[in-house]
Amino acid sequence: MFKILKYSIFDLLRSRWSFIYLVFYLLLGSVLLLLNSNLSNAIITLLNVVTVLVPLIGTIFGIMYYYDSKEFTELLLAQPIKRSNIFLGQYFGVAISLSLSLIIGLGIPFLFYGLVISEKVFEFISLIIVGTFLTFIFTAISFFIALSFDNKIKGFSVAILMWLLLAVIYDGIFLISLVYFEQYPLDVFSLTAVMLNPIDLGRTLMLLKLDISALLGYTGAIFKKFFGTNLGSTISFIVLIIWSLIPILGIVWKSNKKDF
Amino acid sequence: MPILKSMQNKLTVLIFLIISTISVHASTIEVCNSCKFKSIKTAIEYAKPFDTIIVQNGIYPTTNIIIQKPLTIIGKAMPTLDGLLKGDIFKIQANEVTIKGFNIINVGKDFANSNTAIRIQKSKNFNISNNQFKNVLYAIYLEKSSHGKVVNNKIFGNAVSEINSGNGIHIWDSSNVQITNNYIEKVRDGIYLEFAKNCTIAKNISTQNLRYGLHFMFSNNNVYTHNKFINNGAGVAVMFSKKIDMHHNVFMKNWGSASYGLLLKEINDADIKNNIFEENTIAINVEGSNRINYSKNNFIRNGWALKVRGACYNNIFESNNFISNSFDVSWNTKMNDNKFSNNFWSAYAGYDIDKDGVGDVPYRPVKLFSYIVNKTPETIILLRSLFINLIDFSEKVTPVFTPDFLIDNQPKMKPVL
Amino acid sequence: MIVFQDLKKNFGKFEVLKTINLKINEGGIFAILGPNGSGKTTLIKSLLGMVIPQNGTITINNQQVIHKWNYRDKVDYLPQIANFPSNLKVIELINMVKDIRGRKCRDQELINLFRITPFLNKKLGTLSGGTKQRVNLVLTFMFDSPLIILDEPTSGLDPVALITLKELIINEKAKGKTIIITSHIMSFVEELSDEVVFILDGEIYFQGSVSKLKEQTKQSSFEYAIASILKEQYV
Repeated sequence: MFKILKYSIFDLLRSRWSFIYLVFYLLLGSVLLLLNSNLSNAIITLLNVVTVLVPLIGTIFGIMYYYDSKEFTELLLAQPIKRSNIFLGQYFGVAISLSLSLIIGLGIPFLFYGLVISEKVFEFISLIIVGTFLTFIFTAISFFIALSFDNKIKGFSVAILMWLLLAVIYDGIFLISLVYFEQYPLDVFSLTAVMLNPIDLGRTLMLLKLDISALLGYTGAIFKKFFGTNLGSTISFIVLIIWSLIPILGIVWKSNKKDF
Repeated sequence: MPILKSMQNKLTVLIFLIISTISVHASTIEVCNSCKFKSIKTAIEYAKPFDTIIVQNGIYPTTNIIIQKPLTIIGKAMPTLDGLLKGDIFKIQANEVTIKGFNIINVGKDFANSNTAIRIQKSKNFNISNNQFKNVLYAIYLEKSSHGKVVNNKIFGNAVSEINSGNGIHIWDSSNVQITNNYIEKVRDGIYLEFAKNCTIAKNISTQNLRYGLHFMFSNNNVYTHNKFINNGAGVAVMFSKKIDMHHNVFMKNWGSASYGLLLKEINDADIKNNIFEENTIAINVEGSNRINYSKNNFIRNGWALKVRGACYNNIFESNNFISNSFDVSWNTKMNDNKFSNNFWSAYAGYDIDKDGVGDVPYRPVKLFSYIVNKTPETIILLRSLFINLIDFSEKVTPVFTPDFLIDNQPKMKPVL
Repeated sequence: MIVFQDLKKNFGKFEVLKTINLKINEGGIFAILGPNGSGKTTLIKSLLGMVIPQNGTITINNQQVIHKWNYRDKVDYLPQIANFPSNLKVIELINMVKDIRGRKCRDQELINLFRITPFLNKKLGTLSGGTKQRVNLVLTFMFDSPLIILDEPTSGLDPVALITLKELIINEKAKGKTIIITSHIMSFVEELSDEVVFILDGEIYFQGSVSKLKEQTKQSSFEYAIASILKEQYV
């Protein structure tokens, strides 16, 4: 797997896409810090980027890379390499180089801004961790989708739909059901709904840092326990790890079944 | 006759001088384990008015001492007065009493009689300073007293529930009291004022108290300034009072479902200036309060910076900084001549083409989402999601639910210093 | 010896292989023939583990191969369509495959044999079909494995390269290797193969030597023999 990983990263580092992604984050980070008068504002704006754009980029990149490297894959399939290792190697190649672009691209402007001496450094680090998780999760989901559809257009559409569902539509339905069932106790429902969507999960992890004052205004006992103690971040992290593992297992399962 | 009058005056002055010389030459009584006086009680009984009692270091069981003459009682090297958990420790019923430099512990737990370390009744010119209180129900209790000082005391309570706990400094029906530089923690209300007037509360730190850091009830014309209220059940509650001057205070980390930095309930004609509200669930919760000037306050990272309910008339919010709050303003009443202007809103996304430091488009501090959260509190979990940003944005473009009169027409581009 | 037993493969409703039973002896050249869509490539890909059959077993020297991967170290495969990552240089591709296999190989000898040297620093995307096929051949033969599978090896080759390939195949056979070939070029098959198998609609129609095929179809030429099978089938 590590040889494949090596060649995937090598291949991606040479392609202009990961460079564009890196430059994009560099620009974004710099512009945010330039326009916003303070660091915590920049971090709030970045939260939107991390929970919306990072999954989208992971999805598109994953899908594109899979279909683009079909030839490479076919070449590898005839080699004495375990099948799942080919796809895992490619997947980790994409996920790692995307994460590196994210970390370096956002890290540099924030370092120059003097992040290290600021109290916001932990918020920034959490943001980067959430972003990295979301990159891994969405790249894995898009690989799984690509493995499921030989037709590039179909695969691409399904992947974008998946993103749209998790990034926007899910929360819309979530909000409507909360408002509709407001006379019932909704603690467990809303926490479960958050767990079932990695974007919401990542966002909640950041809310625990950025908006804890507002979250503690809610009276429900379960909410209180979740947000008021370390329980919330611990559970969220565990579920985020589970979320990263599920699509990876999906890749292994799908790749062992697929014909080429 | 004018000569006689002048003579009479001179005589009065003379008599006064003689009396004051006597008091200056008042004697000093020492208390220690090997002294003539081994207990404070006997020393006080023996002492004449205006004497000074000096208590050397040691542990002195002291319960229910009533002081009925002017005395200065000073502890050397913080002697400990142990109330043995039986009732009060001092009850002061005379003017000009000073108690200074004691470590006062173990006041009784009788909540019905509100057991107190130092109780001051109908007295003037008292001075309670540099004491430390531990394991007390009430530390200092003022009744119908005035013109006194409570300075540099440290009060460490161990309150567990609101029902059977007392207040750090309790002021009832008193006036002209200065509460300065005290540290109060873990009692019910750090400082409580009821029917108190012309009091100054300055430079105190009130923290980890079960209910309020500072609590006003029916108390007019008071000032509190340069205090810190950190991590209390709620920071400061000001209720049913007039003309309270609140400035240069810090309200921090007052977290919880019914928690706020500052609660204003039925308050008129107050000034709230130059305060810092940081990381409170609600920075200021306002109900039925009128003619209040809010200016130059910093609202930083609160859940809600301002939550206004009930009828509020003629309030002015000017030159405040609203920075990174989850919600800036929640307003569920009519606008009623309230005015927002020249505030800095970190969420403001407008521009300033003429470079006059004021944004060219108005700012609407009330978000649609804050209405949704008021209605269905669980929806708070969707805060900062793309969907919520989208509906907030569309509401901003075409306001349907949020009041279009709640608007800052001169939003600042940079924080107000 | 390679044994396919009761091998079945559907793509959706379409049955590509219908219960294939086939034995290929060790040593010699074995040709798999059949019209387009008859299941030749699927059969080869099953052997390589690229297609996973619904049913049946494949063994190489009594070793199961389905869902295994180590055995591919002893297999060289020339894919039908030479798809290469287009932004790689020829030399990078060769080095990469060498690195992945991690085995000693005779790349330089084959680079010379197929006259690849001038193209080594060119990107694969810029090469012509014939040159690509020559690179493909180098990659296939360089590991000197005992089983060689060639899917349409002649496609796009110029006459010189074709002769080189033929000589190479004959040499490899002489070393005692098993070589499996699919091809449309009947003369190429007739000239080289020791045994042919004819597949039609996912079933084995004939297995044996070319002369046996001619005998069975009563045709004097190989091409006519094949044609007669097809006619029999479709008429």
